[in-house]
Amino acid sequence: MWAVSAGTIAYCSAKVRAELDDSKIPLMGVLGAFIFAAQMINFTIPVTGSSGHLGGGLILAILLGPYAAFLTIASVLMVQALFFADGGLLALGCNIFNLGFFPAFIAYPLLYKKIIGAQPTATRISVAAMIAAIAGLQMGAFGVVLETIVSGVSSLPFSTFVVMMQPIHLAIGIVEGLVTASVVSFVYKARPEIMQSALNARPIGNHPVRKIVLAFLAAAVVTGGIISLLASENPDGLEWAIAKVTGHNELKEPENALHGSLKVLQEKIAILPDYSLKKPAEATKDKLQPEAVQNHPSAKPETKSETPKNPAGTTVSGLAGGAITLGLAFLIGFILKRRNQNGTS
Amino acid sequence: MASIHNAVLDLKRLDLLANGNSSIHRLDARAKVLVTLIFTICVVSNDRYELTALFPFFIFPVAMISLANLPPLFIMKKIALLCPFVVAVGIFNPVFDRVIILQLGSIGISGGWISFASIMARSTLTVGAAFILVASTGFTAVCQALEGLGMPKVFAVQLLFLYRYIFVLTEESGRASRARELRSCGKKGQGIHSFGSLVGHLLLRTWQRAERIHMAMLARGFTGAFHASRQSRFGIPEIRFVLAWSALFIFLRFQNASQLLGSLVTGLFP
Amino acid sequence: MSHHIVEVRNLQHVYSDGTAALKDISFIITHGESVGIIGANGAGKSTLLQHLNGSLEPTGGSIHIGHTPLSKGTLPDIRRTVGMVFQDPDDQLFMPTVYDDVAFGPLNLGYSIDDVEQRVTEVLELVGAGHLRDKPPYHLSGGEKKRVAIATVLSMSPDILVMDEPTNGLDPFARRQLMKLMKDFKHTRIFTSHDLDMVLELCGRVIVLHEGEVWADGPPLEIFGNSKLLAECRLEKPLSMQGCPVCGNNPAKDIN
Repeated sequence: MWAVSAGTIAYCSAKVRAELDDSKIPLMGVLGAFIFAAQMINFTIPVTGSSGHLGGGLILAILLGPYAAFLTIASVLMVQALFFADGGLLALGCNIFNLGFFPAFIAYPLLYKKIIGAQPTATRISVAAMIAAIAGLQMGAFGVVLETIVSGVSSLPFSTFVVMMQPIHLAIGIVEGLVTASVVSFVYKARPEIMQSALNARPIGNHPVRKIVLAFLAAAVVTGGIISLLASENPDGLEWAIAKVTGHNELKEPENALHGSLKVLQEKIAILPDYSLKKPAEATKDKLQPEAVQNHPSAKPETKSETPKNPAGTTVSGLAGGAITLGLAFLIGFILKRRNQNGTS
Repeated sequence: MASIHNAVLDLKRLDLLANGNSSIHRLDARAKVLVTLIFTICVVSNDRYELTALFPFFIFPVAMISLANLPPLFIMKKIALLCPFVVAVGIFNPVFDRVIILQLGSIGISGGWISFASIMARSTLTVGAAFILVASTGFTAVCQALEGLGMPKVFAVQLLFLYRYIFVLTEESGRASRARELRSCGKKGQGIHSFGSLVGHLLLRTWQRAERIHMAMLARGFTGAFHASRQSRFGIPEIRFVLAWSALFIFLRFQNASQLLGSLVTGLFP
Repeated sequence: MSHHIVEVRNLQHVYSDGTAALKDISFIITHGESVGIIGANGAGKSTLLQHLNGSLEPTGGSIHIGHTPLSKGTLPDIRRTVGMVFQDPDDQLFMPTVYDDVAFGPLNLGYSIDDVEQRVTEVLELVGAGHLRDKPPYHLSGGEKKRVAIATVLSMSPDILVMDEPTNGLDPFARRQLMKLMKDFKHTRIFTSHDLDMVLELCGRVIVLHEGEVWADGPPLEIFGNSKLLAECRLEKPLSMQGCPVCGNNPAKDIN
């Protein structure tokens, strides 16, 4: 996801550089800051009485056009991740994609522009902003679900997750739509030329944009798949099932190998193929039996008799060690600090 | 509104910390960005049930905070702000993942709890590292470093503009919002209608400001290119810093140091 | 010296919404003059200033800077000659640190990094902001921002300094500092202001704008002595010419 987002940023940067005039650069930055500022202003949501504020993706697309908007959203999220602890660096790549790509490259060109048509009116603009905001957020929410599932951070079943996320984001989308519509129609009344220029900034029309979107989607699926494969070592649901059933075993194995000093080499050989040879069929195996033994029937009987208590044993010693390491880490920090202060005073 | 206001104040504080003068502050920003990236990758790529292997990684934030003379409580508070978000992501793990994988005495601990704790540890580490990076380097330098490491120039410049004008615009919208609050006497008048026109006005003012900024740039000979005003050097201290930390992270990624130590201890006192 | 003449001939400007901000403005400012442009809100002062370095294009009439007509082709040269200090320093200080901001112009002009370094240091010392060098603009006070904004322009060594409301929003001390700075600048100075005492103190000439036209152009004492003119243009005498209302010296009866 990081790669896709970074790629899109690079592509958009080139695009902005090539197509838009210099005045866009400060405009993008300042409008990005505006999104922060506008989020300070709340309003009362008509039915529920709770308060909402501007989200921003779609409105930037409407004002700046898709490429500049995508860059601006990316930079807003980056600042949020770095300073406001919103989502954290971990999720940044995904966030940029969910909150930037969908509104800028799908909701804006395929819904908003289609609905307002060639002759925009205030009503059309409001309706278009509403629909595009809702659709954009639904796609974003679905993106979150997919990414979370693929990355294996959460154990939520797919369907439960979808059922949870989509309605919540429908509500958020309606609010976002209301806000976007009201702000956009205000701008349209006050300075129609601003919105006209954003529309005209992309004279190429919808066709190439759609192509680009498709290309990016394909790239997203492919890269996203590869990245999460590499990153999480949990390629699919079946593998998780195995991981759950066999618990910590297969990943703890290398560490066992280290302290089981005599069997180091032998076990290493046994484990390496284990990583590449995992098969769904293994799910049926005895859950406490490490695969290493299964794959290498020639393994010594001692290994076999030792392993059943391994999961608990290793983790307890792991926890003990962890506590010690933590303590050590802070102790080192303390010493460094003391030394530092002595050095400066 | 208050929360964003406080966040901006925190932002200023973080920014001021970057003016400090320590061995860490003096390092080239690129070195720090690189190390933080490698750190994040090593931490994040751990398995979801991994908990103990994450502990040794705490050495990095702790050492950086000490060496750079950062206020530990402030950083911890900032990290703690993230907790609700992380809890929301991970809280369902214990519900759906009940397979007991660890037996501590009579209490069985399920995989869900382990993975939940793992998520917490991971985000504490990565978010902490990001804060430390900013507090010891400064946002501007981080941006310039990212640009040096290949981030597109347009994006970098845009980020700098964004950062610069957050301070100006949040003050502006804070004033507007306060004015509306004062005249709306509680609930009435806080509705969507006044919101639309308030934010709309703010947007138009922002737009005009952008036009003025562009004018100011043109007035000083801007022709579309941003020139670097200083050369930074990537010297021996930087190389040492990057190599030492990356080597440690990669070692910790593939060897569970907690496990080693733990088994050593439990092995000594069976 | 004639090469730094500012000549405005029958300048007109109509905004795209139909507002005629400037109707027919003509004047010549010669090298080394210090000119104050005064007038009520909406008289067209800022619009006029924005024409002087080509930020706005005239809808009628012409502007010559040192006998060079202002046009697309001559813009880069003219912007180098005419240094413009904006009303809101936040619009002008857009770079991450004071140093970067002051260096922005010289770097665009293509000076070497060493030259730029030297220039920035000199100019910052000149405006008394040497210690602010590595600070980001949002950590500066209003007076500091203003001085740095002037430094960003001075670093390009302009021959004509144009300032929009320079003393606006400054405390008395910062205002004094700024006025001294402006006094020390040896080339042409043109600025708009509502701070009539500053105009009286610094300017050898005053141009009064009213509804997009020049209503008066002359030495400050002459203009500020004309109560009828001042009243018509929604202005009044500088406080220093009004006498003291507490001790009763020379009360300003003639304004009403």
